[in-house]
Amino acid sequence: MKRTPPRWLAFSLLALGLALLPFLVDAGMGRSWVRLLDLALLYVILALGLNIVVGYAGLLDLGYVAFYALGAYVYAWLASPHFGLHLPFWAVLPLGAALAALFGVLLGAPTLRLRGDYLAIVTLGFGEIIRIFMNNLNAPVNITNGPQGINLIDPVRLGSFSLNQPHRLFGVTFTGIHLTYYLFLLFTLMVIFISMRLEDSRIGRAWVAIREDEIAAAATGINTRNLKLLAFAMGATFGGLAGGLFASFQGFISPESFNLMESIMILCMIVLGGMGHIPGVIFGAVVLTLLPEALRYTGDWQRDLFGHVYVDPADLRMLLFGVALVAVMLYRPAGLLPSTRRRREFADAKG
Amino acid sequence: MSAPKAGNLLSDRLDAELTPLLTVSGVSKAFGGLQALSGISLRVNAGEIFGLIGPNGAGKTTLFNALTGLYTIDRGEVRLGGLRLDGRKPHQVLQAGLARTFQNIRLFAEMTALENVLVGRHARTRSGVVGAVLRLPATRREEADSRAHAHALLQRVGIAQHAHRLARNLSYGDQRRLEIARALATEPTLLALDEPAAGMNPAERAALRELLLKLQADGVTLLLIEHDVKLVMGLCTRLAVLDYGVKIAEGTPDVVSRDPRVVAAYLGDEMP
Amino acid sequence: MDIFLQQLINGLVLGSVYALVALGYTMVYGILELINFAHGEITMMGALVALAVIGALALAAPGLPGVLVLGAGLAVAIPVCVALGLVIERVAYRPLRNAPRLAPLITAIGVSIILQNVAMLIWGKQYIPFPAILPEGRHQVLGATVSDIQIAILVLAVLIMLALILVVQKTRLGRAMRATAQSRQVASLMGVDVNRVIAATFAIGSALAAVAGVMVSAYYGLAHYYMGFLLGLKAFSAAVLGGIGNLRGAMLGGLLLGLIESFGAGYIGDLTGGFLGSNYQDVFAFFVLIAVLVFRPSGLLGARLVERA
Repeated sequence: MKRTPPRWLAFSLLALGLALLPFLVDAGMGRSWVRLLDLALLYVILALGLNIVVGYAGLLDLGYVAFYALGAYVYAWLASPHFGLHLPFWAVLPLGAALAALFGVLLGAPTLRLRGDYLAIVTLGFGEIIRIFMNNLNAPVNITNGPQGINLIDPVRLGSFSLNQPHRLFGVTFTGIHLTYYLFLLFTLMVIFISMRLEDSRIGRAWVAIREDEIAAAATGINTRNLKLLAFAMGATFGGLAGGLFASFQGFISPESFNLMESIMILCMIVLGGMGHIPGVIFGAVVLTLLPEALRYTGDWQRDLFGHVYVDPADLRMLLFGVALVAVMLYRPAGLLPSTRRRREFADAKG
Repeated sequence: MSAPKAGNLLSDRLDAELTPLLTVSGVSKAFGGLQALSGISLRVNAGEIFGLIGPNGAGKTTLFNALTGLYTIDRGEVRLGGLRLDGRKPHQVLQAGLARTFQNIRLFAEMTALENVLVGRHARTRSGVVGAVLRLPATRREEADSRAHAHALLQRVGIAQHAHRLARNLSYGDQRRLEIARALATEPTLLALDEPAAGMNPAERAALRELLLKLQADGVTLLLIEHDVKLVMGLCTRLAVLDYGVKIAEGTPDVVSRDPRVVAAYLGDEMP
Repeated sequence: MDIFLQQLINGLVLGSVYALVALGYTMVYGILELINFAHGEITMMGALVALAVIGALALAAPGLPGVLVLGAGLAVAIPVCVALGLVIERVAYRPLRNAPRLAPLITAIGVSIILQNVAMLIWGKQYIPFPAILPEGRHQVLGATVSDIQIAILVLAVLIMLALILVVQKTRLGRAMRATAQSRQVASLMGVDVNRVIAATFAIGSALAAVAGVMVSAYYGLAHYYMGFLLGLKAFSAAVLGGIGNLRGAMLGGLLLGLIESFGAGYIGDLTGGFLGSNYQDVFAFFVLIAVLVFRPSGLLGARLVERA
């Protein structure tokens, strides 16, 4: 056995690092990167949610963004001037997550008998249906406000403490995006915790068994229908939660934010990092959230090299995603950060 | 379809002394125009090792799939103990106490040997999402029990040293044994094995034979599809012979091997 | 009555285009059991390549007859799409033929994103108008209007489909395709070069997609880098409706879906008391898809879909 630092020390260092991160980033790279950090946390939640469906249970869900949208719209309906309702976030967030879970089951149920590829296309269809409804449900009754979206959504607020304005605490000024970071971090850690506990449990093993061989799983006593629905529901819950957080964070939502490419991007995150592997998924989510910002530099390079920007860096993003999906599947199907179990197994096989 | 008179009388006499565990009556299954099973009836008694033999394509695996709920049968009835099995889903069949293995090994390839067996505990445990997330005392206890149980089973089938290897990296013989361990983890009263000795070398076969006898001694009833004639004849208390989806004989190995219809069915094939 | 007839005509024309694209999905699925997600994007590529050629010719030689210009566009678009289809099969699908099911599906999504974005980089994000090179004759039939373009699309689509059926039924290649669809192993044991059959399937499907892409852009008068997505999805729904893997099913499914959309959009306002309008036209395909998969997963004419034991 190698000597490793005690667990409490590693944890304390990690906690300290996570606590200081927004300030370090703010000082070193600027405020816009702190905002990006907030978004990255949101995507970690989303990616871990989709990971339950795709990574564990092996159900390729291409309409995942629908649950994200649902959570966001529920938040917007219940906490904005749109309907004149201003319920507190601690009531709205769980409601959005629960509604998303319900929809996860409702949308999942008819697809259960389908093979993987059909499931993909049906869920994709569901995602599109929901988007089309969001776009058009502004008449005759204005439910979604159509393509304009819903504005002036309440920030997270507890009593008189609102997350969208700076506060001085312990002699340090925390701006809204700093505070948002801590809120999102809290939820992210919760989702990571739940994922980890589920992975190594009776339920998690049953999901993986279904992914590996559905018929053998059924013949080993797993009620595949119920467990698939449970996976849909769990994934949707996280999606709905992230949606609510997103709505409160942006203060504005529109159908534009919930298109198919968003689903594909979340899928990319888990494929790139390593399907079914929590650290891999987190890694994938963070890298792909920061990628567009990093790609911005390619614009500078282009200007330096050619004296002209030929390709809009923002347009490069999706292209790179596509290339990454193909390349990872062909050359590193287990992702860039494959699970330690596989590595251990690999060492085991060699030794 | 009725079996030959002689075989029937003998098995009737045996049956009188034993309790029937699995009763299959008049089970039929067709795929399009192909009648894969026609009116199969047989009876497996508690505590015996029952062999199911027949030439390739005779319908043995189809019968397994029909018994375990993977196929829905067109006609007939299947009972385990007093419980109707036909019309049930695979996981319900398993819950009732009938576990199986597959001819073309179906393990969870990306899971370790231990995890494969733990999946087998699924039907006999009940902790859910909340228990798992909060690690409630009941869940911890259950999980610890499951792990102990799984380790013991790996030991029992002789692959304890591979507990943490991925199933797909095990040798062929070990994969077969792991599949048996996974099935045993579900605490079956009847274990159906589809060609457990296929692809094994003589040493592995001998070990398998020992294992099956041990299981029988522990009170597990075995239903066995097997091509290895020596294994079947030496191991099984009784046999049924299928040919073209019809049962052509049932009885002790001695009786069955002398049955002229069995000899005819196997003509040109390996002789039982 | 005239509305009914009008929707019938529109539906048939639209449906015949869906059918052409659906054939590509169904042929590949029949042989590889793979949903070629990138197929819709091949249609889009066909449309944009043809439009580029047509646009250039219309500028360079304004006097040329429209049919000739269109022919030139097709003559370039078809080989380009065939080449694309072959490259995609070779690079993204063939190496994963024995991988877990999820793998080729994910590369297929990747390929379709790549095609979309390459198209966007080449042609930009704007809608590209179809030059006015085709006769714009309109005919009144019992109160409904039929344009020359509609007639041309319908006739051409039907001819192509008849030709395809002939190829599959009567030729050596067709026989090899049917054999491969039955069982890849057995076909290869019988001396069929399975890789060549698969490549040929992709080639034929892509050629049909190119034609369909040109038809769609001529019909709506424009093309766009994103057009392949929805078109592909609808065509896939059509293939499932007819029974995926079944050529006649794809044709029937395409026509039916075209009719459903056209009548749906025409009457949805009346049916829902004005609550929903024709802007919901695009959801019909998905509802059809979901309904078919739930209630009759084998489609109208197809074989089984649900996984066997």
